[in-house]
Amino acid sequence: MDLNIAGIRLDVTEDGYLTDVSQWNKEIAVEIAKENGIELTDKHWEVLYWIQDQVKNDVALSVRGIKKSGVIDIKEFYELFPGGPLKISTKIAGVPKPKSCI
Amino acid sequence: MKNLVILGAGTSGTMMANHLVSKLPKKEWKITIVDQYKTHYYQPGFLFLPFDIYTEDQVKKVGKKFIPNGVNYIQKKIEQIFPTENKVELEDETLQYDILIVATGCKIAPQETEGMKGKNWHKTVFDFYTYEGSLALRNKLRDWKGGKMVVHFTEMPIKCPVAPLEFVFLADSYFTKKGMRDKVDLTYVTPLGGAFTKPKATAALSHLMKEKNIKVVTDFNIERVDNEKNQIVDYADTTVDFDLLVTVPTNMGDEVIERSGMGDDLNFVPTHHNTLQSIDYENVFVIGDATNVPASKAGSVAHFASETLTDNILLYIDGKPLKEEFDGHANCFIETGKNKALLIDFNYKYEPLEGTFPIAGIGPLKLLKESIFNHWGKLAFRWIYWNMLLKGIPIPMVSRNMSLKGKKIN
Ligand SMILES: Cc1cc2nc3c(=O)[nH]c(=O)nc-3n(C[C@H](O)[C@H](O)[C@H](O)COP(=O)(O)OP(=O)(O)OC[C@H]3O[C@@H](n4cnc5c(N)ncnc54)[C@H](O)[C@@H]3O)c2cc1C
Repeated sequence: MDLNIAGIRLDVTEDGYLTDVSQWNKEIAVEIAKENGIELTDKHWEVLYWIQDQVKNDVALSVRGIKKSGVIDIKEFYELFPGGPLKISTKIAGVPKPKSCI
Repeated sequence: MKNLVILGAGTSGTMMANHLVSKLPKKEWKITIVDQYKTHYYQPGFLFLPFDIYTEDQVKKVGKKFIPNGVNYIQKKIEQIFPTENKVELEDETLQYDILIVATGCKIAPQETEGMKGKNWHKTVFDFYTYEGSLALRNKLRDWKGGKMVVHFTEMPIKCPVAPLEFVFLADSYFTKKGMRDKVDLTYVTPLGGAFTKPKATAALSHLMKEKNIKVVTDFNIERVDNEKNQIVDYADTTVDFDLLVTVPTNMGDEVIERSGMGDDLNFVPTHHNTLQSIDYENVFVIGDATNVPASKAGSVAHFASETLTDNILLYIDGKPLKEEFDGHANCFIETGKNKALLIDFNYKYEPLEGTFPIAGIGPLKLLKESIFNHWGKLAFRWIYWNMLLKGIPIPMVSRNMSLKGKKIN
């Protein structure tokens, strides 16, 4: 599938996750966030960069991991990305959603 | 004399000892393997033990039996690794090494979730990822009268990520056979977005949950187990009630990795995805569940990895560049109950696809489809494990790297 955001054609999975992290930039993040009803604040960015860093270092993402991140606590995480915080934040950060092997 | 030391005599460590004993010249290399326990468990059997499909004896043997002659076996606890000094401290002795293989696996950490290892642990709250948990659950199920059974896993990564799904399928079969399925309410609770998370598998398998009347709760990030109300509670304050909770706690690498300062948050050791050399120390290699590579934590993965790692250790000794060969290949049977199973074959790059295996167009095994033949395959895996896998014998027709032959890519 592909998606048109901020005038750029992006390759995405069926549920809207970028398949190529290198296509990610800040404008795209703002647009994906908007679609999910989120206006990005500094705190959001801090979380998004932290997530990208974890993925770069092969650290598995989990809500518990957020607790240990030192960036925010879990309550804030749910407030920043209501609904499914991990699902939505990874989509905005342009990284794959946490998944299993099947 | 040079020293190669293997830490952990589980699936991976035992395989490496068997591979290397015939490859390293005996006059130059001494191979030592260390494990704290006398018993080697067949962990995939922990899935079957609760349902009286396997007996205790079928899932454990004396570990030393699988360590080849010519390898020095030490049964002791590993206290700390000093990677900059090339030494390992055991309970009461210190080993020097030229090459170290870390194969200390991973294990459950129920203490990471509030209330999980509380007063109901192994009474109404069970794990099946340990021998003790699996056995306690068997005894519980033998005379359980029914109620709400919740099968749950805490977070990824866990070993054998399909095991909780298999558990819920086998539970459906087990209660049906006992003539009490109508007395059991089965719910599967996952932190992920669905019971299945890959597009091809979701399309091919989602019907199974409905067919078997298993409820699914998704996006559930557990905060705590409430031992008064018998509920699991997530961070968004959603709750799921249970009479019997079967949970897979957080999985973590051994504390020795933390004590040695060699791991990430979950005590997994940063490892090169394709060579299996550790990222931080060139004479330290890592295999199996102990690594942080984004492959499944499974015995079959360790088996494929052990072939590449053996070659790379020999290349390293010769001072030659390592092969960037390991592709994350996994080949796993998934029990779906009623004497059927699925087979999946995948790697870092390709998700499980439909097709035939191992012979393109013929099979006899079918990928991503339920069949009785696949179930025989799963049961045969136990024999293969004890008699071939641990001994490092290649499995006929199944190569270390994944093949696209016989697979439907689109
Ligand atoms: C319920 C269940 C079902 C599974 N089903 C399947 C399946 O169907 N197919 C499949 O391929 N895989 C399956 N697996 C996964 C498979 O069992 C593991 O991936 C495999 O055993 C990993 O091997 P390993 O050598 O890395 O770790 P392990 O086999 O766990 O070995 C680690 C060893 O290190 C030792 N050790 C650790 N720390 C220390 C210390 N400080 N001092 C001394 N010794 C130490 C331990 O005692 C242990 O013996 C399943 C696992 C479970 C739990």
